[in-house]
Amino acid sequence: MMLCDHCGENEAIIHLTQIVNNQMSTFHLCEACAAAKGLEPGVSVGNLPLADFLAQMGKSGTMEATIGGPCVFCGLKLEDFKKTGRLGCSHCYVTFEPHLRGLLRRLHGGTQHLGKVYLPPDPTRAQRQERLAGLRRKLDRAVSIEDFERAAKLRDLIRELEAAQ
Amino acid sequence: MRDLSGLQDFGLGWLESRGPHADVVLSTRVRLARNLQGHTFAPRLREREREQIFERVRQAAERSTGLRGGMALDLSELTPLSRQVLLERHLISRELAGGGPEGPPRGSGLIVSARENVGLMVNEEDHLRLQCLMSGLCLEEAFQLVDSVDEELGSELPLAYHQEFGYLTSCPTNVGTGLRASILIHLPGLVLTKEIGKVLQGLGQMGLTFRGLYGEGSEVVGNFFQISNQTTLGKSEEDLIDHLRKVATTVIEKELQARDVLMRDARAVMEDKIWRAYGLLRYARSVSFDEVMNLLSGVRLGVSMNLLPGLRVYTLNKIMIYSQAAHLEQAAGRGLTETESDLHRASYVRRILGTEGQVSADDDARGRRPGA
Repeated sequence: MMLCDHCGENEAIIHLTQIVNNQMSTFHLCEACAAAKGLEPGVSVGNLPLADFLAQMGKSGTMEATIGGPCVFCGLKLEDFKKTGRLGCSHCYVTFEPHLRGLLRRLHGGTQHLGKVYLPPDPTRAQRQERLAGLRRKLDRAVSIEDFERAAKLRDLIRELEAAQ
Repeated sequence: MRDLSGLQDFGLGWLESRGPHADVVLSTRVRLARNLQGHTFAPRLREREREQIFERVRQAAERSTGLRGGMALDLSELTPLSRQVLLERHLISRELAGGGPEGPPRGSGLIVSARENVGLMVNEEDHLRLQCLMSGLCLEEAFQLVDSVDEELGSELPLAYHQEFGYLTSCPTNVGTGLRASILIHLPGLVLTKEIGKVLQGLGQMGLTFRGLYGEGSEVVGNFFQISNQTTLGKSEEDLIDHLRKVATTVIEKELQARDVLMRDARAVMEDKIWRAYGLLRYARSVSFDEVMNLLSGVRLGVSMNLLPGLRVYTLNKIMIYSQAAHLEQAAGRGLTETESDLHRASYVRRILGTEGQVSADDDARGRRPGA
């Protein structure tokens, strides 16, 4: 049984991972201590509507300092995003990157995409290479969990793309 | 204005309930969110640009093997009733249907493949929302279908993609894979044994989330829960799907265990509940949709446990869809008040159960006698 970090008496049932300034720390709390700190079991951050979540973060002051003006492509301001939770265009991801990085970490636990690598129409050599790397990553994973059917399909895709180089 | 009343079963292939665990898992849905490069996201588009995008996507869809020969609809050209029918069939979202009296702006599109197993919403929150709806628990199959259409569309239309963040979406909760996989699952056993709270709490800790029947913000009706992945970034599509499948399998096991406990400890009460639910559906003269959903929950449980021989899950799925308000209005060929709607609903349910849902009371509980 893991004991509560706070009172050291009861069983810790809530495990909270906090990331502040890129430092990750984990707390283990019992129900009573968690409630005293305003944490409720079963309510994970992702269950809150995004707008509320953003407003909460604004209040607690953990948000990184705001930067610069509106997005040059679509004109969206950071305040608009905080109100609606919706970005205006793909360039907003560049404009508000420092801000978004923290948010993505809180929402998804990380910022690095590990899914399918996009191969656009008329890809460059570098884009093909990246796609290949992505497929090989998926292949390794399929082999490691012994999903040989998937592995075979991935091998075919890799061969096809290598032949097109 | 175009109306869709000629398309009787359009987009309802999944009701057939052929997939694995179809008595417990009503449907599996996998959707991918994508955006075109060089345009603002859909909510900030001008009408003309929305139309251009829809046209471009329609052409690309026509060239893809997955969507070729399907149907493309601009929702702004449909009657409000037809839009409501599509919404009730889960083919479009509330957002795309456009709630206001003026309806959605032009260029709000829906493309459905010829086999009706893949749907593409155009200019919803994202330019592209590609989805597959299937009966039972078939996450891998549904994912492979949307993935292959995504490959085809992506090789024609330049998509918004970032090396680190992956596929870019209007809302950062969808960024990365853009994948949301969900199952609509019927959990009366866990509700009756009051185990459901623990299960739902557990889902949150495993990176999954639950909602009601109609997605975000909707209520839980008839013990149906929608379970889906919460995060979309930092894991591969296959890992997200595998994880949901594993958890879903565990939830199904727990549900079946709960049913066993109920049948062991309270068999008479359960049988009575199920037969009462069937009786009400079979003979009632006026029912609200919520009441139908709750009664269907009882009957579905009965069918799943072989207590109502002769009745098929397919019939129950059909009732769920066709007894919704817009479907009743479409069948009636006119608008209905709430009171009229309740009468029409009861009459529809009686008719369906009369033709394909006859259950012989002699077969009840395989000939057991009370107290035997």
